[in-house]
Amino acid sequence: MTVINERESNPAAGDPDRPIGYGRIQRKEDPRFVRGKGNYIDDLVLPGMLHGAILRAPVAHARLVSIDTTNALSHPKVLAVITGKDLEGLKLAWAPTLSADVQAVLVTDKVRFQGQEVAFVVAEDRYAARDALELIDVEYDVLPPLVDARKALDADAPVIRDEIPGRTDNKIFDWEIGSAAETDAVFASADVVVSQEVVYPRVHPAPMETCGAVADFDPVDGKLTLYETTQAPHAHRTLFAIVAGIPEHKIRIVSPDIGGGFGNKVGIYPGYILAVVGSIVTGRPVKWVEDRSENLMSTSFARDYIMQGEIAATKDGKILALRTNVLADHGAFNATAQPTKNPAGFFSIFTGSYDLQAAYCKVTGVYTNKAPGGVAYACSFRVTEAVYLVERMVDVLARKLEMDPAELRLKNFIKPEQFPYANKTGWVYDSGNYEAAMRLSMELAGYEDLRREQQEKRAKGELMGIGVAFFTEVVGAGPRKHFNIVGLGMADGAELRVHPTGKAVVRLSVQSQGQGHETTFAQIVAEELGIPPENIDVVHGDTDQTPFGLGTYGSRSTPVSGGAVALVARKVREKAKLIAAAMLETRPEDLEWEKGRWFVKGDPTAGKTIEDIAMAAHGTLTLPEGVDGNLDAEVTYDPPNLTFPFGAYICVVDVDPGTGHVKVRRFIAVDDCGTRINPMIIEGQVHGGLTDGVGMALMEIIEFDADGNNLGGSFMDYLIPTAMEVPDWETGFTVTPSPHHPIGAKGIGESATVGSPPAIVNAVVDALAPFGVVHMDMPCTPARVWAAMQGRARPPV
Amino acid sequence: MQISMTVNGNEVSSEIEPRVLLVHYIREVLGLTGTHWGCDTSNCGTCVVLMDGQPVKSCTVLAAMAAGHDIRTVEGLATGATLDPVQQGFMEEHGLQCGFCTPGMMLTARALLDKNPHPDAGEIRQAISGQICRCTGYATIVRSVQWAAAHPAAVAGAGLEGAAEVLDGTDTVVEDVATETDDAEVKA
Repeated sequence: MTVINERESNPAAGDPDRPIGYGRIQRKEDPRFVRGKGNYIDDLVLPGMLHGAILRAPVAHARLVSIDTTNALSHPKVLAVITGKDLEGLKLAWAPTLSADVQAVLVTDKVRFQGQEVAFVVAEDRYAARDALELIDVEYDVLPPLVDARKALDADAPVIRDEIPGRTDNKIFDWEIGSAAETDAVFASADVVVSQEVVYPRVHPAPMETCGAVADFDPVDGKLTLYETTQAPHAHRTLFAIVAGIPEHKIRIVSPDIGGGFGNKVGIYPGYILAVVGSIVTGRPVKWVEDRSENLMSTSFARDYIMQGEIAATKDGKILALRTNVLADHGAFNATAQPTKNPAGFFSIFTGSYDLQAAYCKVTGVYTNKAPGGVAYACSFRVTEAVYLVERMVDVLARKLEMDPAELRLKNFIKPEQFPYANKTGWVYDSGNYEAAMRLSMELAGYEDLRREQQEKRAKGELMGIGVAFFTEVVGAGPRKHFNIVGLGMADGAELRVHPTGKAVVRLSVQSQGQGHETTFAQIVAEELGIPPENIDVVHGDTDQTPFGLGTYGSRSTPVSGGAVALVARKVREKAKLIAAAMLETRPEDLEWEKGRWFVKGDPTAGKTIEDIAMAAHGTLTLPEGVDGNLDAEVTYDPPNLTFPFGAYICVVDVDPGTGHVKVRRFIAVDDCGTRINPMIIEGQVHGGLTDGVGMALMEIIEFDADGNNLGGSFMDYLIPTAMEVPDWETGFTVTPSPHHPIGAKGIGESATVGSPPAIVNAVVDALAPFGVVHMDMPCTPARVWAAMQGRARPPV
Repeated sequence: MQISMTVNGNEVSSEIEPRVLLVHYIREVLGLTGTHWGCDTSNCGTCVVLMDGQPVKSCTVLAAMAAGHDIRTVEGLATGATLDPVQQGFMEEHGLQCGFCTPGMMLTARALLDKNPHPDAGEIRQAISGQICRCTGYATIVRSVQWAAAHPAAVAGAGLEGAAEVLDGTDTVVEDVATETDDAEVKA
């Protein structure tokens, strides 16, 4: 069932008929990428295209006194300079966010974070646009900034959103879930209670390609074509219609090849809107592509949760209840992308993989003078924070009880027979076999041997740590009745056409940022219809060519769109059955399906292939009653529930006692994402997420100084793992299909990002156990580890 | 100012502003958009090209500094329909996902293999350590380069699915079968 570094072979290797369906096949998108023929936003050049650049605020909090654009406008290559005042005239100075707040497109009254958008220059070329930014003269009246979220609700805290009538504080929301009374009762009678503050610091998805757009407004027919780096083209179209007042049928969003998203490309940024305004004003296409500092300083950050965790257990290690109080720093505007009714996203899955008697959480969201955002970096709507909290708390409890952390987890897992499992905060987990995954991970790691080695090393003063983490993910929102983003129900469409010669095109509402949709979605159709994947074209990312749907984030492409594609292929298959029956002059109920072909039961020689049927469907055959011509179908898939992938991770670290440097020696990841479409792509998704985890656990943080200056505004300061910081990943898998998903698949894109940070931090804390360290906050940089070794572990400011 | 250089074997000559970066010259003047731009601070390596066979970060090289030199970009890796083994290796071993860092990674790999045809995993990691990939976690990139080292002869025609179809009007099953066969050999 499982091997380390799983290398399943192509199921049809050596078979001239090619693989049809699931298995390891090369990606269909790769030929263009390896030839440098990808088509990313900055590669796009339109006739007459101009370039935009944004002037950004140098301070975190300041009244805008004046802007003088005279010198910039006199630059010979500058065509327009747009300020907040200009946008006010167009009613575009403020745009709605994805969380029922508004965000300034350009500053009109007050700067609220460093790097905020102040003015937009449109010029003949990239360099001239940048030159002109230097010619804009802005006067600011600097105000004291609010940097520390813990002080956001103090009586003397500066009020950041004083433009909102009646607002006198910085609170965005209080949100709670679970039963406080039941949880308090369990805690009151528990043998053991441990508590710990756990901080998930602010980090950034930082895809290799930054965000950008090319806006092309046609003044004659009033149609806007907006090429942009978006993970959700259809949702953007609707939002642009609402924001800009352009009728929706006159908007076409095109999302070209995307150089990584990780949630960074879900929201609508001021730069996109400004490119549109620039194109309308100049009558020419306008390109805007942010640089790396702009990306790190102004587009959506991730995490920034200060969590007070408490866990109650019996003295022999039965976990009874969890309680947490969270302070969530949302920055200057509440621009978090999340299902409307969930201001803390899916954080309520913090009960993790354990069978609890009670659970309760309260989350308070606050404004600070920092960039807006919140849900990004492969977080599955804040499952990252939830899993990090519970998995750290379980380790803190293990230390208290002097139990092995793997054993403690095994003792408390939800058992296979308890699925579907209703947790204490309203989720119904679809399927799982947690113990099997945990035991497999321990077996692959050689867990007992590792513990023995650790003992030997400790005796010699060496610092080796073994970290265990188990996660349950929740991915694939809807159903639409429970989940929507700004009122748009979370469902996805798919459309499939089989051409007369039996080749097909499938059109999706989701958009790939590297996940390999052009391959895996073709494989789903191939599995269902028997058409080889190379004969199926996958169209995505263009709202004029694809059915409506909410897009790719929160690992929802396979759970939602994958379901849609399987169902649309089955619909085509059923239509093909009726046509085949007419061709064979028999009754549909007398036909049987084998991959690619309908044949007469009991007479396998009498059959029609999908190619035969496709030609007949487009030909002159007299079609049966109720069957129209052609061989195509359309569906919208509204998932009945989310899917709940899970995994068991073990990390081995060595800490240099002289420098505090942490080396990840081994990482063993066992993942279960249900039915596996392409194991090569799954492995790739897991590897990438594990690397994110090393980044967050050991290196990455967006910090601010007391004045609100962003200290992580370049790749010199915001450190991302290279090949030197990560080990050769060891992966394994179990398969527990989702019972409600059309093909039994669950999402996989974010599992490793969710599951790896606690495994790594648990390993570091385990290594530091001889120093009495019970917890330390990420990132475990050499300086912080060193401080922890000196008894000075502390959360970041 | 007037500059001339060799790019992918072709002599090019242009009138440019002295401050133009090599990455912008390659992308915007020559229209070779396979070279990407990712960070401005020479940390990410999506802009890596080969200058006289050595990997350089073209975001921190002025086009003027490249005058008189020999530049090779991702567009110069394949010879017509024949892919460089590094390109084939990245497809075989899933060395790419979003594809944005891929050109730079492949050029560094090519430079490494030219110097050291049989690098071990540590040497490959060292060679690409100045470049960031946010998708793959690097292990598959290491395997991709190892695949290329094990298959020094280029693979004819692989990956040119669409073009082959247009050229001869037939299905293009053959090239993929060829690559599968190679894969089988590796495993054997």
